[in-house]
Amino acid sequence: MEHLELFFKSIFIDNMVFATFLGMCSYLAVSKKVSTAVGLGAAVIFVLAVTVPLNWLLDQYILQEGALVWLDPAYGVDGADTMDLSFLSFIMFIATIATMVQLVEIVVEKFSPSLYNSLGIFLPLIAVNCAILGGSLFMQSREIPTLGLSLTYGVGSGIGWFLAILAIAAIREKIRYSSVPPALRGLGITFIITGLMAIGFMSFGGMLTGGDEAKKETPKVATQPENKTDKKEAITKVIADNTNTNNQ
Amino acid sequence: MGLLSKKDAALLKDPLTDNNPITIQVLGICSALAITAELEASIVMSISVLFVLGLGNVVISLMRNIIPSKIRIIVQLIVVATLVIIVDLVLKAFAYELSKTLSVFVGLIITNCIIMGRFEAFALGNGPWRAFLDGIGNSVGYGVILIIVGFFRELLGAGTLLGYPVLGNPIPGELSGLYAYGYENNGFMLLSPMALIVVGLIIWIQRSRNTSLIEEN
Repeated sequence: MEHLELFFKSIFIDNMVFATFLGMCSYLAVSKKVSTAVGLGAAVIFVLAVTVPLNWLLDQYILQEGALVWLDPAYGVDGADTMDLSFLSFIMFIATIATMVQLVEIVVEKFSPSLYNSLGIFLPLIAVNCAILGGSLFMQSREIPTLGLSLTYGVGSGIGWFLAILAIAAIREKIRYSSVPPALRGLGITFIITGLMAIGFMSFGGMLTGGDEAKKETPKVATQPENKTDKKEAITKVIADNTNTNNQ
Repeated sequence: MGLLSKKDAALLKDPLTDNNPITIQVLGICSALAITAELEASIVMSISVLFVLGLGNVVISLMRNIIPSKIRIIVQLIVVATLVIIVDLVLKAFAYELSKTLSVFVGLIITNCIIMGRFEAFALGNGPWRAFLDGIGNSVGYGVILIIVGFFRELLGAGTLLGYPVLGNPIPGELSGLYAYGYENNGFMLLSPMALIVVGLIIWIQRSRNTSLIEEN
């Protein structure tokens, strides 16, 4: 059940593109045709499904505070030599991703040349796609508890990204026949359509919670430092209340 | 400019207008949009990118003759990741609350396409001084858009700038400023989709002013 919940949550509610703007660069650059969009989307699902669980293992057994306890009890959280290597996580994650992408490329080329031909040019691009690193970083910051769930999260986020790029590519293929204001053609209208789609996707927010839970991306202002004046807090509270009403 | 030759000055100026990394080159959108709900976060993000891109361009440019071209992506990623770790640790030490707001988006500077894009397109083929100017120019161009978006989103969404209420006091009972005349904040501006629409509008304005930038459909 929690797998199913996380799966749908990562596809719709925390959609990579619409909720967190990850992988926007390739999303905008490679969405002119549906066929190429499908290729890139499939590659993203694949790579996320591989790298998120792998980085989960790294995080759990090497990077977290006291994670090295399997080497020696002294490295545990309460041990004498406890270590917190989490400052290394950026470099470890990106190295894993770059290596995995290279490895996946070699394996796919060897065993499935047809898949390689369709994904081929996109695979190297993926190493620097924010969606991939973002997947791992969110996995870490949301403290996903088990390896199985991290796999679900990776696949779910990948599918969410796939859906987003597929939808925008289909729209962009059709919008060629509309008369868009000249200055808005191409990039401008794509931004605005994506914005509208993101508003649409926000309505999924009520799907799992029944709409009674405050949304994740309630204004950042609301989570501001508490050491500012009381007046300021009161103001932000009013803003937060306003926004919550809008959400529901 | 006496200090810079004409070509060098162009490196600094072009990214600000006609070759802007966000609105024209479409690089670095990923982290640009998510953190612009507040002006302060936008400014900090711009400074972080300025640091990483300026320094990273110099480092890559110094190493450009010894990096084997086959593994250059990994080398570039390691250089960026190191610089980003420095930024992250500095933010955690001196601006902890802000680093919470920025959350994973500091880490995502690593895969910010603007950085890899400038490394590939410029730093690998030019000397350190020119690479430095290019890095500064592009990150300022990036920062300008971020700050414009952050300014409008915070002003219209929360009625504040950098956390200070500039439009008056919206608390019922002690209304002042614009709120006394029935003005309401548009809480929608604080939600993520509006960032996309604001950038879309900036692109629209920019391209109406400079029609040579208009794309084919």
